[in-house]
Amino acid sequence: MSVLAVARISTGDTAWMLAATALVLLMTPALGLFYAGLVRSKNTLNTFMMSIAALAVATIAWAVIGYSLAFDGHAGFVGGLGNALLSGVTFAPREGTQIPQLVFFVFQAAFCIVTTALVSGAVVERMRFGPFLVFSALWSILVYAVMAHWAFGGGWLQAHGTLDFAGGVPVEMGSGFSALAAALVVGARKDYGRQALLPHNAVYVLLGAGLLWFGWFGFNGGSGFSAGRNSVLAFTNTLLAPACTLFVWFLLDLRRERRITAIGAATAIIVGCVGITPAGGYISPAWAMALGALAALPSYGIIVYRPRTRVDETLDVLAAHGMAGFFGILFLGFFAQVSWNGVSDGAAYGNLHQLAWQAIAAGAAPVYAFGATFVLLSVMARFTALRATPHEEALGMDVVQHGEEAYATGEGAILVSTEAGIDAPVPAVPS
Amino acid sequence: MKLVTAIVRPEKVNDVLEALYRAEVRGISISRVQGHGGELDRVETYRGMTVKMELSEKVRFEVAVSDDFVQRTIDAFCAGARTGEVGDGKIFVTPLEQAIRIRTGEVDQGAVTPVVK
Repeated sequence: MSVLAVARISTGDTAWMLAATALVLLMTPALGLFYAGLVRSKNTLNTFMMSIAALAVATIAWAVIGYSLAFDGHAGFVGGLGNALLSGVTFAPREGTQIPQLVFFVFQAAFCIVTTALVSGAVVERMRFGPFLVFSALWSILVYAVMAHWAFGGGWLQAHGTLDFAGGVPVEMGSGFSALAAALVVGARKDYGRQALLPHNAVYVLLGAGLLWFGWFGFNGGSGFSAGRNSVLAFTNTLLAPACTLFVWFLLDLRRERRITAIGAATAIIVGCVGITPAGGYISPAWAMALGALAALPSYGIIVYRPRTRVDETLDVLAAHGMAGFFGILFLGFFAQVSWNGVSDGAAYGNLHQLAWQAIAAGAAPVYAFGATFVLLSVMARFTALRATPHEEALGMDVVQHGEEAYATGEGAILVSTEAGIDAPVPAVPS
Repeated sequence: MKLVTAIVRPEKVNDVLEALYRAEVRGISISRVQGHGGELDRVETYRGMTVKMELSEKVRFEVAVSDDFVQRTIDAFCAGARTGEVGDGKIFVTPLEQAIRIRTGEVDQGAVTPVVK
């Protein structure tokens, strides 16, 4: 039996999926860099660390229970506990693929990590680090794993035919609408709406966005779980769609500000990558370019409108991920083509059923993500303070939460001790 | 004419700017400085190295004002910069011998009075 199982493994598929997984894993530190550039310098490390934290807690939560809840069995709402603690996750192929389930597990783990890190964008510069760790662990199980089951793991959306190539439901709408809930529960930064709170390093933002785009080739290109046609299509579309979003964003910036901005460009890259995420392996390259161009509009609208409200959803996760994911899921309902994807046509090609189930997914995902995150954080707030005091917020989360600074000068720093315990001073000039 | 120099916490700079604006004090320079004024040391850790930060980040305001404006400038600094904790900073008032506006060559009183358009 096991010999037969191993025989059904495709080494080509496996090789690509191993590489794709590493690409997706890079997206988390890339996101940390992107977010760190968008905050004030005194919060650089804390913001970056929230993404790094997801590498620890979301991985552990995923291995212990999250993967099982997402991918064990075909129940409607949530999976079973059959794969808890990685039980049964071996070299044998995952059903429907020709890659070992171990590779499938680690690829999906990288998705869970980056999605958990995404939510942090709503609460940076004020949420305490300890409660954030607890929140990330619980969120990755209660929200991400459940939504991943709906869309990828044989849950009710997938069973009824909703198409979601690389995670418009769990990743993009999951993080975006959770971010809105998190911003509402945690509350605005103390100076929000009173002072200009500016990004401190646009170069980090551009580099982070560039690395995210690079990683996204694994994210979308790997979501066919093979080196087959859908993966090739998604890979190509991951270049085309964001490029069109970027260009349209330039035009929108020109029209509104009469100048093309760097932070706008970085945001556009993310929006384009997100928009093509659910649709990558299902629509033609030409439609992918149209998707990329059109996806810019609603996200741009929210980014312009949101700062005029009292909602301090600080790094616009809702606009960049929630809205663009929503747009991509619906777009695919219109323009999927069976001649390209081998699975289903969209409404524009005569299949209204497909559009109906895309619309249901686009309605259900925001409701669950928002509701579950709102309840989770509200319950946590009963037990602990979610945010730092106003004085700590003023000092900056780097010094207060981590005892480090991103840009320490070293002037006036006196060595108290080293772990090596060297008591006698080391002579500056060897005698 | 006096030169009012104030050393304040960086996180209170916006409050100070608001207070100065409300007191109608215009024409200021600020610079980032490091200093030590008896506040508790901050301890940081880097890869097994524990260090004590003896110098803390401060922001220095310099405002040249006519004599009538001295007291309200001081009041604005106190209102904007005070937290009640050690480390709120200091204000120094020093006599100013001469002031010249480079653009027009105006001196003294004329030079420290803001241009109203």
